[in-house]
Amino acid sequence: MRATFWTLAALMSHWRRRPGNFMTLLAGLAIATALWSGVQALNAQARNSYDAATAAISGGGGRMLLAARGGLFEQDLFVKLRRAGVEVSPVLEGASRIGDKNIRIVGVEPVSLPRRSPIAHMRKRADILDDFLTGEGRAFASPQTLRRLDLAEGAQPQTERGRRLPPLTALAEAPPGAIVVDIGVAQRLLDRPGKLSRLILADDAALDEARLKRVAGDALRLVAADDDSELARLTDSFHLNLTAFGFLAFLVGLFIVHAAYGLAFEQRLPTLRTLRALGVAAPNLVAAMACEIAAFTFVAGGAGLIGGYAIAQALLPNVARSLESLYGAQISESLTLDARWGLSGLVMAGAGAVLAAASGFAKTMRLPPLSVARPIAWRAAHHRYLRRQAAFATIALVAAICAYDFGKGLASGFAVIGFSLLAAALFLPVALAGFLALSENLAHRPLARWFFADGRQEISGLSLALMALLVALAANIGVGGMVEGFRQTFTRWLDARLVAEVYFEAATPADARDIEAWARGQPDISAILPVWRAKTRIDGWPIEIVGMTAHETYSAHFPLIEATPDVWTALHAQDAVLVSEQLARRLGVGLGSALDIPTSRRDWRARVVGIFPDYGNPKGQLRVDHEELKRYFDDASGVHYGLRVSPDATARFIDNMQRRFDGAIARILDQSELKSMSTEIFERTFAVTAALNTLTLIVSGVALFASLLTLSDMRQARIAPVWALGATRRELAALEMIRVVAFAAGAAILATPLGLFMTWCLVAIVNVAAFGWRLPFQMFPTQWLMVFLIALCAAILAALIPVARLARAAPTELLKVFSNER
Amino acid sequence: MNADRPTGSRERLGAAMSRRSALILALSSTSALAQGFGGLGANAPGFKFPQPGTPLVFPKDHGAHPDFRTEWWYVTANLKGTDGASYGVQWTLFRFALEPNSARAGWTDRNVWMAHAAATDAGEHLFAQKFARGGIGLAGVEAAPFRAYIDDWLLETRDDSSGAGIERLRVSAGNGNFAYALDLTATGPIVLQGEGGYSRKSDAGQASYYYSEPFFMTEGSVSIHGRETQVSGRAWMDREWSSQALAADQQGWDWFALHLDGGVKLMLYRMRSVKAAPFFFGNWIDADGATSPLMRDDIAIAPLENMHIADRDTPVRWRVQIKSRGVDVETRPLNPRSWMATEPAYWEGPIFFSGSHKGEGYLEMTGY
Repeated sequence: MRATFWTLAALMSHWRRRPGNFMTLLAGLAIATALWSGVQALNAQARNSYDAATAAISGGGGRMLLAARGGLFEQDLFVKLRRAGVEVSPVLEGASRIGDKNIRIVGVEPVSLPRRSPIAHMRKRADILDDFLTGEGRAFASPQTLRRLDLAEGAQPQTERGRRLPPLTALAEAPPGAIVVDIGVAQRLLDRPGKLSRLILADDAALDEARLKRVAGDALRLVAADDDSELARLTDSFHLNLTAFGFLAFLVGLFIVHAAYGLAFEQRLPTLRTLRALGVAAPNLVAAMACEIAAFTFVAGGAGLIGGYAIAQALLPNVARSLESLYGAQISESLTLDARWGLSGLVMAGAGAVLAAASGFAKTMRLPPLSVARPIAWRAAHHRYLRRQAAFATIALVAAICAYDFGKGLASGFAVIGFSLLAAALFLPVALAGFLALSENLAHRPLARWFFADGRQEISGLSLALMALLVALAANIGVGGMVEGFRQTFTRWLDARLVAEVYFEAATPADARDIEAWARGQPDISAILPVWRAKTRIDGWPIEIVGMTAHETYSAHFPLIEATPDVWTALHAQDAVLVSEQLARRLGVGLGSALDIPTSRRDWRARVVGIFPDYGNPKGQLRVDHEELKRYFDDASGVHYGLRVSPDATARFIDNMQRRFDGAIARILDQSELKSMSTEIFERTFAVTAALNTLTLIVSGVALFASLLTLSDMRQARIAPVWALGATRRELAALEMIRVVAFAAGAAILATPLGLFMTWCLVAIVNVAAFGWRLPFQMFPTQWLMVFLIALCAAILAALIPVARLARAAPTELLKVFSNER
Repeated sequence: MNADRPTGSRERLGAAMSRRSALILALSSTSALAQGFGGLGANAPGFKFPQPGTPLVFPKDHGAHPDFRTEWWYVTANLKGTDGASYGVQWTLFRFALEPNSARAGWTDRNVWMAHAAATDAGEHLFAQKFARGGIGLAGVEAAPFRAYIDDWLLETRDDSSGAGIERLRVSAGNGNFAYALDLTATGPIVLQGEGGYSRKSDAGQASYYYSEPFFMTEGSVSIHGRETQVSGRAWMDREWSSQALAADQQGWDWFALHLDGGVKLMLYRMRSVKAAPFFFGNWIDADGATSPLMRDDIAIAPLENMHIADRDTPVRWRVQIKSRGVDVETRPLNPRSWMATEPAYWEGPIFFSGSHKGEGYLEMTGY
């Protein structure tokens, strides 16, 4: 114990002498932890919000009943179940708008809500309950939601359908982004009389599939309440994406830690040898080092957690908006974190630290007590090092190939990316060493030969930083390429998809009929395109069914990935359907396949005549003939329309229409507004990805800088002899700079194909698994040039201080090297 | 049908009539459902009030009275199984109007219905509770043919019954643990309480409408934890509706509904007040339905033994005396743990008594 303590004290003295090294190590670990735990905090926040949204109404756990086909079901089913003795409580949910803010209306029935439901707590407050159920009722909203709506308690805003809400009342238990009203009020506000969206089973309600079928036929399906969170399912891939990038950033951070610790280890070798020679046993030494690592973990991990919190705080608004615009998910924007999050962050920090220090530990265990320093032996060691790197690179490559061949889905996509990045990173020093060895053989001037030979020796010290740079650059090229490719594809697709000049949503189907009748008589209008919608569910997946009329707008423009030659004739003939790309993939259907679609009446068997891209839609979509939609779906909502208006008359037309119909129009947009909205959604999809990507690049720059800074001390011993032989300091400094820049350039050059491969993986594996659509693979050389320049700048910036220091080093400094050479 | 005789102590009589509505007030601090639904402590402008001299009209008055604030249908039964064991069941449906003019269409209906059901034997006391909103067909009461329902719990005219009254009913309730289904057949007349069914609560004019059918013979089955037993015995039904509350100082009460061997029915209670001495009242119902009110000096009710149930001391054995009738009996519960952990919670279960008279009945205790 005592021995371990004094050993620890001796080891720790190193950090006092090398504060730079110390700071790098701490910073690396802190940054790695910060990026990882920041991403985790975002994910946890989002998941908590989804759970809160579900649990606020139904309480945690339990079971519920949903319409078998998705969407709404008749209230009669609820009455039937209750009269059969099944204790259920009805809920109606729907989207609405107050002003320009989206809001979820949630109708509950407080008298029958199970006790586990937080909303049911109102039963304990006679005044609240009385208000809720009498007079015009109450509309509960969390204080946060009230703030978001910029409304005070007691306000009675109107929805987009022109319905007045009951007086708003703050209730902490109300789910974020929702307004809770009585079930009857919800039916009125949402214009869904006699309809419900789910039934919550009481805690001890006995209901099995057989009994459900007896009472309600096939109309309802029984699900665990936790499964209900459709949001959680839809957003899964979004969060996996975040996690993957968080992990990537963490790995880059670990490169720094590994570099810093490796350096410290090299520098402490003499101390370690001395300690061993003094009789300290290897296990004691390792124990002391472990204590040291534990201390680092706590200090740096703690700092990392603070940083992670800050990162999450900074990115949260963006993530929240992405999730809202993409999935309609409301994320609470006040970050709440629990102890579990902190603990997991520290565990990651500890695991990372141990991983980064593992090789040091192993070497210490094997350290012969009496061996002396053998600086000249570096060549042998270097060869061993390179061979090991090459071996590991090969293993990583094999793993990448295996992941590609045998894996499936998102995880395998990320595994392929991860392993190939690792393989390339491990291979980098080997490639650089090979290149330097070759150059050394070709060089004739002594200084040049020294330059290359010295470069080879320096590789092992710099290699981790270079690897980090390589990974970051490749990720930058890869993600940048994917995002840019998506942007271009998406824009083209939007242009083709949004052809109508005006889009509107009527408040009710009756309003829609009025507007339609009026529009028919308008001279500026060349076509009225109803875009009616219905909902169903195939294999449990929510699906929208959209009706299309036979019109040039579609046949000439609607983008299709593949289609039968007579696609448009076939679609409007009979029993034909267009399937969105992601749905086709999920169901495994192609052109000519038959698809059984659950409808209001029976299953409808239709033939797939085309597959269309539907970027950014988390749900599956089917496009069918307008008349067939009406025939098969009684509950098709007939409120969405597109209008072909002569372009120069659009603004005037919208004006006219708004004046004339006002409350009958829930929403009206012209083409450009809709496009800009869609583009905004797109931008947000990858905003966080891009932010993390940039952070990763910054971290790798820090890694490079840290490595160079700590190496510069060691460099003096190598440069002093060359200086003594007559090379000037300025010359040497220039050579130093050239070498660093060359290394970075090498990494950047290797990063380009690697980044392209990553783009391909993202486009062909990850996106397909995450979203269901595949983008065309595109290349963007200007991006590569940018990344190359960034790499060079990073290298120059990182090398600036050590090189300047060398250029201005006093000759006495360099002479000292000879006085105490070991 | 016999009405009880006019009484010189209207105030006392009135209090007795409202035992059930007071139940809702009892322990109301723990339950907004009970307190809020009906808000019985407050004034009730807009609701109808009982008027003296209004004759009760059957079958119409078996049904719901949505112009009044609160109303209930209450059945208790003392049963003997073919297995020789004793059983008891309770079936209660309450209606609370949240606002005047409560009968409206769909979800805008302002009635909330609450029901309690229990089945008791010597070892088990199983109960359940239901709540339902009016207006959408979950719960309600129709006068003729008589039908009271909430979810799958029913009190209704039997299929084979031709009459439009409540002479032949079927009552059923249960949950996963217990269930019962009993046929009720009236062997005596409906008993109008108070002045022809108008029962005063105070000289200030507070009152309720109140009638009972204490003469049901019953048979059917009771199932406890899946073990079903054929049973037969006697049952008692109470009906009351009003728009007013009891005094604020009432703490709780002990209420007895007793079937005396020989056909006499006896209703008794002790109302406990935080301020004043306990208040007693009773009603002696002859086998032919003729009623005689029992004045406070005539009645003595005293607990003999307490038991710790649901974290409180509850009397489980009582001495009951009616001096003028020579009644001096001791009661004991079939199951001392007949605790209804509902909203609100109270003790209600079958009892036996012996002494000067023998028989069985139901005991309800609140406010402990």
